[in-house]
Amino acid sequence: MNRQKTFYSFAAPIAALLMALFVTSLALLAGGHNPLVAFQKMVHYAGSVDSLVVVLNKSIPLFIAGLAVAVGFKMNLFNIGVEGQYRMAAIVAAAAGAAVHLPAPLHVAFILLVAMCVGAFWAGIAGVLKVTRNVNEVVATIMLNGVALGIIGVLLGWKPVATLQGAFRSTRPLDKSAWMPTFNKLFGLNKSITDSYGFIVIAAIVGVIVHILFTRTRFGFDLKASGMNPGAARASGVNPKAMVIRTMLISGALAGLIGMSIVLNQEHRFTQEFPQQLGFGGIAVALVGRQKVGGIALAAMLFALIARVSQVLPEPPLRAPKEVGTIMQGTMILSAVIAYEVVRRRAEAAAVKHAAEVTAAAHVGAAA
Amino acid sequence: MVDIVKRFPGVVANDGVNLTVRHGTIHALIGENGAGKSTVMKILYGAQRPDEGHIIVNGTETHFKSPKDAIALGIGMVFQHFMLADNLTVWENVVLGAEPGKSWRMDEDAARTRIEALSKANGLGVDPEAFVSELGVGERQRVEILKVLYRGAQIIILDEPTAVLVPQEVDELFQSLRELTAQGVTIVFISHKLDEVLAIADDITVIRAGKTVASGVRPAEVTARDLAELMVGSELPSPETRTSTVTDVVALELDGVTLAGGDNAAKKPAHTAAGAASTGRLALDHITLKVHKGQIVGIAGVEGNGQTELLETIIGMRTPTSGRILLAGDDLSDDNTRVRRERGMAYIPEDRQRDGLMLSSPLWENVMLGYQSLAPFSKGPWMDKAAGRARADAVVRNFDVRTPGIDTMALALSGGNQQKFIVGREMLSNPSVLVAAHPTRGIDVGAQAAVWDAIRDARETGLAVLLVSADLDELIGLSDILLVMLRGRIVARLNPATVTKSELGQYMTGAKVAEEAA
Repeated sequence: MNRQKTFYSFAAPIAALLMALFVTSLALLAGGHNPLVAFQKMVHYAGSVDSLVVVLNKSIPLFIAGLAVAVGFKMNLFNIGVEGQYRMAAIVAAAAGAAVHLPAPLHVAFILLVAMCVGAFWAGIAGVLKVTRNVNEVVATIMLNGVALGIIGVLLGWKPVATLQGAFRSTRPLDKSAWMPTFNKLFGLNKSITDSYGFIVIAAIVGVIVHILFTRTRFGFDLKASGMNPGAARASGVNPKAMVIRTMLISGALAGLIGMSIVLNQEHRFTQEFPQQLGFGGIAVALVGRQKVGGIALAAMLFALIARVSQVLPEPPLRAPKEVGTIMQGTMILSAVIAYEVVRRRAEAAAVKHAAEVTAAAHVGAAA
Repeated sequence: MVDIVKRFPGVVANDGVNLTVRHGTIHALIGENGAGKSTVMKILYGAQRPDEGHIIVNGTETHFKSPKDAIALGIGMVFQHFMLADNLTVWENVVLGAEPGKSWRMDEDAARTRIEALSKANGLGVDPEAFVSELGVGERQRVEILKVLYRGAQIIILDEPTAVLVPQEVDELFQSLRELTAQGVTIVFISHKLDEVLAIADDITVIRAGKTVASGVRPAEVTARDLAELMVGSELPSPETRTSTVTDVVALELDGVTLAGGDNAAKKPAHTAAGAASTGRLALDHITLKVHKGQIVGIAGVEGNGQTELLETIIGMRTPTSGRILLAGDDLSDDNTRVRRERGMAYIPEDRQRDGLMLSSPLWENVMLGYQSLAPFSKGPWMDKAAGRARADAVVRNFDVRTPGIDTMALALSGGNQQKFIVGREMLSNPSVLVAAHPTRGIDVGAQAAVWDAIRDARETGLAVLLVSADLDELIGLSDILLVMLRGRIVARLNPATVTKSELGQYMTGAKVAEEAA
């Protein structure tokens, strides 16, 4: 039984990965490129320390975004607004961080706190609307994404918050006290193109906390019950409205942390060119990672890896578009969702059959 | 069917089942849950193939590869759970999947005419133009029967058809069945309600542990007790309460509890009372009652007269428009379900799958559902898995839940075992008040007795029980006092020791009104 379970939980992601490779090969072939050469180049490119560091760095915001989305998914709340929440949180936290001068650990903690509060607040609006006015959270959060975009534009044009730095507008730079340390020494990076972000430690801590929240706490139990069977959850004493609010607040607070590796480790400010789409990436990562912390971590790294290695595609002699990587990610999501559903049905059917056999045996045994 | 043997890996589910059904009769197939009834049924219907034995239909030996073959030979099946599309009309539901006419155009007139003719000829009396959502449970069932007749069935298998019906609807169903047999249709009737079997069947076959233990039994020659003994192989349990343990301490009190109809109706399955409720009638109309420690208060009533709303209001899932709910003298009207649970209320919901279980969670998680904020499962914000596993073990052991283990998903259990699991979960939580809807619905005779015993034992130690049930024997046998609900009101208070079932039925339908004001 258990061996079967393990088999199932590994079979699905591997099937999804193979499917993604297959479709990507087709896309490459259609473009007249040799997929084997492409994959070989990609694997080769992935094998450097630089690549490792970049993949780890890029996976941090995806991982946290995946967690933020997964919290909502657990109770069938679709927080599409992670996108707006992290951007709002990042600009406000960066501006607030630049306005204060504190000793190092405090300064970082202050910025993180502001980011979490802003994210939670922005998500909380959708939560309150759902509970009091029965507004669907998908609609509300999509709208709030648009509103966030507008507010960010206004803030970047507002003197006390933002200045013109070269060609781009951005918030004022943070003091060195708000720069997260790096792992450059560990990786032997010396004047490399990128730093190894120390924020990964915070991401890992957040991951552990969320894992504990999901599996060990009453909140996690209520969350799971609400998602699986709202009727039974209500009968068991879960207050559905309070759960919606709490879940949106937690999801938003996590979303607030998405941009922090970029603010604290990379840009040290919020710029007009701040990375976008991380919130939507989080949805993909949460799906592929099956809303489990470990799965989300692996999925985040996989997505970051695909993004990294597809950079090599346009290089000669291949000259394939790097968007092939996007095809790979997209196929990965679709096949993963399908594969998980197939596995879920198989596992349920197997459980029903097993139970029927065992109980029938017990009955016959008892009668004999 | 002759010497049917069906083996599952390692198990023999059917071990020589013989079933001989005479043409144009009603044949009852009875047996406990897990006795192999459903396997027999599946084999008959072509959903599974026997490993040994023969199926002979009208003198010819047949081999079904799939239900299609069975339908082609005129064998139709009516399942316990209806499979109807609510937003289609009766005739649309009937033809669904077997539409007349060309593949690109359905011949609607032909469909209507044929259905009307079938409905008339067999005394089924359903309006083909009515929307299924407007129909009551009894009518829905007749639509299901129409469906199989439409497909040309001459042998109809009915799986526990009376489980969802109230007594009056059962009578109507039986009448329809008799008319069907008069038309030459043969009916196989699967049930474990023995009174009904005796009332309707021409012949009875009893199976136990995968074997036929009695066949060709004539109802005139046996009593319900004889049949039950054949089924379980032991004495028939009865729901009789022993001695009164009623104390004068009030455990649960409702004072003028009133609940508006309207918005709550949406949550309910759309039949019978829902229509009335949405016209603005009160779902609960000034309900005042007391349940003492050690007392079982039974609520009788035709389904849809406010019993569901009453229980859900007491547990806190609905908010009454006025009135108070007191637990051990404390007003809990403003407290939510969790507080009420924490104060010692236990709840056996009417719909176990909708309100009682997380189907794809293991049993050890399900055992904490409803008690996740209480010791021993919860310590502050933390959950204690070990406590959940220990309790799940206890429930499985004490309430004879048949399962491979406590890591099994709830959905893998049969309905009866899910019910036993829920009853066990609620009883082992050591509640002070138990609010229960149909605690023994869908479970077999042996398990029924165990549930009754558990409730009676708890009553002796001071449990206050509010019991809603459609099983009148259960109500009369267990209750210390019987209340009858009709259109959201309590219309009679009766003494279960003196009341008869037919009297109770008259109060339930409003044919008889209590002399003294309730």
